[in-house]
Amino acid sequence: MIEILIVFIKIIFALIWLLTLTLYLTWVERKESAVIQDRIGANRASILGIRIIGLFQPFADAIKMIFKEDFTPSFSKKFLHDLAPFLSFFFVAITISAIPFGDFISIGGKTINLLILDINVGLLFVLAMLSLGIYGILIAGWSSNNKFTLIGGLRGAAQLISYEVALGLSLIGLIMVYPSLNLSQIVHFQGELLFGVVPKWGIFLQPLGFMIFFFAALAETKRVPFDLPEGESEIIGFFTEYGGLKWGLFMMTDFMEVIIVSCLLTTLFFGGWQVPWLATDGFHFPWGGEWLLSHWVVVLFQVAAFNIKVFFFSWLQVLIRWTYPRFRYDQLMDMGWKLLIPLSLVNIVGTGILMSI
Amino acid sequence: MIKAIEYFIEILRGSVITARHFFVNMFFHILKVMGIKTKRKGAVTIQYPEEKKELASRHRSLHRLMKRENGKPRCVACMLCVTACPSECIYVEAAEDPDLEIQKYPAKFIIDLSRCCFCGFCVEACPEDAIRMDTDQIELAQYSREDLLYDLDKLIG
Repeated sequence: MIEILIVFIKIIFALIWLLTLTLYLTWVERKESAVIQDRIGANRASILGIRIIGLFQPFADAIKMIFKEDFTPSFSKKFLHDLAPFLSFFFVAITISAIPFGDFISIGGKTINLLILDINVGLLFVLAMLSLGIYGILIAGWSSNNKFTLIGGLRGAAQLISYEVALGLSLIGLIMVYPSLNLSQIVHFQGELLFGVVPKWGIFLQPLGFMIFFFAALAETKRVPFDLPEGESEIIGFFTEYGGLKWGLFMMTDFMEVIIVSCLLTTLFFGGWQVPWLATDGFHFPWGGEWLLSHWVVVLFQVAAFNIKVFFFSWLQVLIRWTYPRFRYDQLMDMGWKLLIPLSLVNIVGTGILMSI
Repeated sequence: MIKAIEYFIEILRGSVITARHFFVNMFFHILKVMGIKTKRKGAVTIQYPEEKKELASRHRSLHRLMKRENGKPRCVACMLCVTACPSECIYVEAAEDPDLEIQKYPAKFIIDLSRCCFCGFCVEACPEDAIRMDTDQIELAQYSREDLLYDLDKLIG
């Protein structure tokens, strides 16, 4: 009984964390793009005249979207049209269950892992759910029965097959180095030290794998350098026929994918919740110093480290989104099939050779 | 291959430029929050309704009709502004003035601001210097079209 309660509380906490971060990523996107372009950005949303640099803006957006008309065009396939945004949202939101936020906390002799779903195929689960998310886009594009949405959906599918293979292959080298598919195990492996000094993070062991995964994951988020399904400026994309909260779900899925990709990059390549030289009882510096800390401080350090890394990668992705123009259709295919896949194969072979020496 | 590496370097340089903008602007924003005054600002934005830019002296804003010393409009209803107006937004109805020096005065003078394109031709056409566009009023929006019909009482100033 208490186990079920603990899982329930963990789910609630993880969802609150994810949704709050998603909401505020919209704010970060507005503000960061503004600062990049020498502007100020949305700062007018206020409650009782108090406007804290526009921090209420996400709520204003949400309220606006909720009160808009829930519109379904008469020529669309109604059931699928309604289903698509929920599919898209669900498959992305569920991936948070496999991401470890921290090591464990012990209350009253009970050890609670700080992740919801400690399964042995965690990595495969995340990848599978992320690629299922594209079904929402395909169904949305097809069921709207509009040629522009159909083009958007097809472009989404074409993009999927060009990055998904590289996304999977780039992680094989990582799985060879950390022989596990369990995400919490992978993070534990990254706590060890390389040459006794550098933490064994994925970025140091798999730099090429990191680059390939980063490119492919950027394509996964379907944001600007790779926003072929949307193409805001020419075809309006797969959500042309959506409005109100259903459109809002697609939009939130976009931002949520940024968070999930940041979580994955952190977990796989930047040590997850690991702080360099921090063990379960405190810091053990390689030059011989020690700084012992109590259990709760260590947990705090771990969760804060995870959050800071995720924030950094979200920031970096927003920066990338506001820097580059869109890749052309064939350029993305070229990059996926002719550059990323051969490079990831080279990475696998190279990792194998290095490991066998 | 070398070409590809060159492209890659250029791509990285692009993100360095945006990152530089971000950090430099954030630096000045933080200085402002800390209360340190700097010559350079973090953003070029003018927060419009609170902060207004000074209008140029030649800026063409809302029209005004000039008055004689006795308070009557200087306009003699010669219809030159009506003729010059490309939007045909001025309506003048002339009436006879007992003063032989003046002879005519406008009984009605209506400018339809919903049609006016603020070209200033009426100002140039006026032989009596009776109409000017120097009130510096530029916020003229109204909720109905009737409110944009400015008559003699509103224009004289």
